[in-house]
Parts: sequence; structure tokens; C-alpha cells
Amino acid sequence: MFLRNLLCKLPPVVRPNNVHRIHTSVCTRHGEYEWQDPKSEDEIVNITFIDKDGKRREIKGKVGDNVLYLAHRYEIPMEGACEASLACTTCHVYVKHEYLDALPPAEEKEDDLLDLAPFLKDNSRLGCQIILTKELEGIEVTLPKATRNFYVDGHTPKPH
Amino acid sequence: MMKRVYSTISQLKPNVCIVGSGPAGFYCAQQILKLLPQSTVDIYEKLPVPFGLVRYGVAPDHPEVKNVINTFTKTGDNPRVNFYGNICLGQDISLGDLTNAYHAVVLTYGADNDKKLNIPGEDGKNIISARSFVGWYNGLPEDASLDLSLDCEEATILGQGNVAMDVARILLSPVDQLKSTDITEHSLEKLSTSRIKSVNLVGRRGALQVAFTIKEFREMTKLPHVQTVFRNEQLCGVHEASATLARPRKRLTELILKTSNPDESKSNCSKYFRPIFLRSPTEFKLNDNGAITGINFAVNRLEGPLDNQQALVTEDTELIPSGIAFRSIGYQSRCVDSDIPFNEKSCTVIPKEGEF
Repeated sequence: MFLRNLLCKLPPVVRPNNVHRIHTSVCTRHGEYEWQDPKSEDEIVNITFIDKDGKRREIKGKVGDNVLYLAHRYEIPMEGACEASLACTTCHVYVKHEYLDALPPAEEKEDDLLDLAPFLKDNSRLGCQIILTKELEGIEVTLPKATRNFYVDGHTPKPH
Repeated sequence: MMKRVYSTISQLKPNVCIVGSGPAGFYCAQQILKLLPQSTVDIYEKLPVPFGLVRYGVAPDHPEVKNVINTFTKTGDNPRVNFYGNICLGQDISLGDLTNAYHAVVLTYGADNDKKLNIPGEDGKNIISARSFVGWYNGLPEDASLDLSLDCEEATILGQGNVAMDVARILLSPVDQLKSTDITEHSLEKLSTSRIKSVNLVGRRGALQVAFTIKEFREMTKLPHVQTVFRNEQLCGVHEASATLARPRKRLTELILKTSNPDESKSNCSKYFRPIFLRSPTEFKLNDNGAITGINFAVNRLEGPLDNQQALVTEDTELIPSGIAFRSIGYQSRCVDSDIPFNEKSCTVIPKEGEF
């Protein structure tokens, strides 16, 4: 009841001061390694991210980088809801065909998850399962139109 | 020449309200913050704590699925986001209050009613809604005192989706395995006294139409001491059809067929998981105390093209004995405030400008 009265009195942009913030256990940080710049030329692995609109981002990754966390560092919209624990499909990417064989084959669980991904193709993989190696120099990964958790991201609303 | 464009949207400081703090609410907040840099977002939640189904729906033995909470927490930490727990739309606050106070109201309060079968005996004892069972083992306050008895050997789950699969897995998992999860104490205690040996998972259509996904089914096939048993006569023709399927359905169907092969069956199993196809429940059989003893089913046949097969009831029936039943045929939304434009038939909110 108190709240209702409060809301009626307040102009729309003012909110009460006693702001309640969400608090859960301390969140574990992942992807620290991907924030380190390559130490030498030998370490560099060039990778190109292509977003759902076809925009290319060329990035200097390094040997050992996880593609999901590398994408996070450079603010490429790859979600990774389960934080690379192989429990979701929100880091779904298409790997340029000529690089597919340079990747270790998907394990059964990755394949099972990919089966849940919208817009699955024969070159689909999960970004969190791709670790950069020298063999992947020049790899291109393309983001799908949408992922399972956030379909609307790829949905262009029709005008009313 | 450079031209500066001032759009009105950048001058307006949109104050948006989101009702419900589950994944939909948080994903929505995340996008609003990103797309409208001047906006503020207030999230209202019926419960004292956020995250909805991520907290209370995801099975306790799937903790990695809950990692998304870390991203949601970052969204919640944004100074432009406020969280108000313990506030229920339609009770503590009305839609009118919200539309008066905000530029936009987003309803993401989900679907907390379960669909009913509407068949005789449905209100009998030990006929449990899967939604309540999930709430019970996950610690949802309203389901803490769920009245159920696991003092029987045979359980039947009606529905073949992933919620049905979660219920089956919790019923059949060794309690020692569940102990290491964040499952509620009260449910762990009850499950440790369970006598359930066999869990039926009944669907109205066939093996090619199951709604559960391969990840969940493979987990069942790997549960220790649990054997998955199909009625092999129900898998006739499935092999032939599987060649024409798209990859996800094909891999799932192949795993079903592989599991149904006696060579693949496990030995030393003390518990059984039995998916049963082509059955529609018609009546719950109750004893003198009003508790369930079994379920009567109509036997169905399939008709139509492979990608759109419908179940049609035949004259045949089957009685499946069962000391407990779980209804897992889907959820539906409720109209929590009479001002919400609501389609009572589809149980969905009718979208309106300014109220999404």
C-alpha cells in the first residue's frame, strides 16, 4: 500500500532513494587470459568475427585464447550464458569451412547442444569450445542470426 | 559538412518498468540499457529474490545452466537498474499505478499456471503438477509443503517434454548423487525414502514427435542403475523414417533406437525408465481414500504427413497402474490484473503500444 501511494505521488523519472541492489555470491571471473595481449609475434593468431549483419572485426588473438572470452574482450555480441561450461548454445558460431578440420572434432555433448541451436548448419560449432592454435591462423567465425536464449536479437520487428 | 542530428529519443529519459525478474525480464533489461543509453529500468518481482526460473526452474543437477545468473547480476549492478522484490502485480500494485509512473511497462511475469487435462479423477490424491514438484525440489516458497507420497513402486509422468524428463531424472537419480546438489533438504529427505522403481513417461504421439531433447535423454540413458525400456513394437517404422529427418531429430531418434536395442541395455539395474507412446489419459483411477491407483488411457494412432502427424483416438484402451502421477503438459500465463489486455483463450497478453 505504501508503495502504491509513493508511486502515485512521484513524477515518472524520480525514484525512491532506498535502492535495493541484487546481491548474490561473488561472481567468478573467467576469461582473464584472453585479456592478456600476445607477448610475441609467434603467439599471434589472427581471427575475424563476422556479426549477424555481416560486419567484420579483425582481431589479433593468441595461442590458447578461448574464442568466447576473446569475443567478450572485444565486445562482440556472443553471449555465453553458461560461461563455457557446455550447457547452452548461446555462443553458437559458423566456422569457415577450410578451418573446420583444423579443429578437434566436437565431443558428443557439444553435438547434443548444437542440436538445440536455431539456424544449425554443417559448419556450426560452439565458440567456447574453440581454442586458438597456430593451425587456426586466419580463422573466420560468423555469428548466427539468433541464439536460443535471445531469439529477438535476430528478429526484425514488423512495423505496426 | 557535418550535420548534427538531435533525435527526441536521446533527450527523453525513458523510465521503464519490468514486471518479473526471470530470464525474460533480465534479458529485456539488458537490451533496454544497451539500446536506450538514457533509460532507467525498475524490475519488480513477486518473490523476495530475483532470477525466476533460473533459480526455481532449472534442475539442481544442472548447476552450470544457472551460470547465466552472473550476467544477470552484472545487469542488476548497473546504477540504472533497480530491483524491487516482494511486490506482486495485481495485489501490491496495479497495472494502472505502473502505467502512470513509467514510460513503458514490460510484462515478463511468465506462466505460473499449469495446463490441466480436464479428465475425471484429476483432483485425486498424489496427482501432482510437475510445476509444483519442480518448485518443491527447488525451494519455491509456495511449493514447500507439497503433499505427495513416494511410497509406491510405479510413477507415471504425463507429457514428454524436458520438464517431464527433469521430474523422471529426479525420481530415478541415486539420492547420493542428488546430495551434492543444491536440492532442498525436505525433498532430499522424502526422495531418500522413495520406493519408486519404475517411471513411465507417457506421450500422446510417437517416438518421432517427442518434445524432450537429446541432452536430457542421453542423461537418462547414463543414470546409474536405471535401464531405459521402450515398448519395441511402438518403434516400428521409426528406423525407416529417421533417414529423412533433419540433424537434431535424426540424432535423437537414432539414440532412441540404439537405447531400445537389448544389446545396449544395462545389466544390474534396479530401476526402470519407460517412455510410452500413443496414449492419451482419459481417467485417473482412485481408491476409497481418493488416492490414485492407475490411469486409463486411450490408445492413439498417428495420421498425417511425417512432419505434422496428429494423434487420433482409437477404440482401444489401456490401464497403467500407478501410485503417483505427474501432470507435465505445459504451463500457461495468468491475467494478474484486470487492466491487462489478455487473451483468455491463448492465455497471452495482447501487445499494445507502450506495454509490451
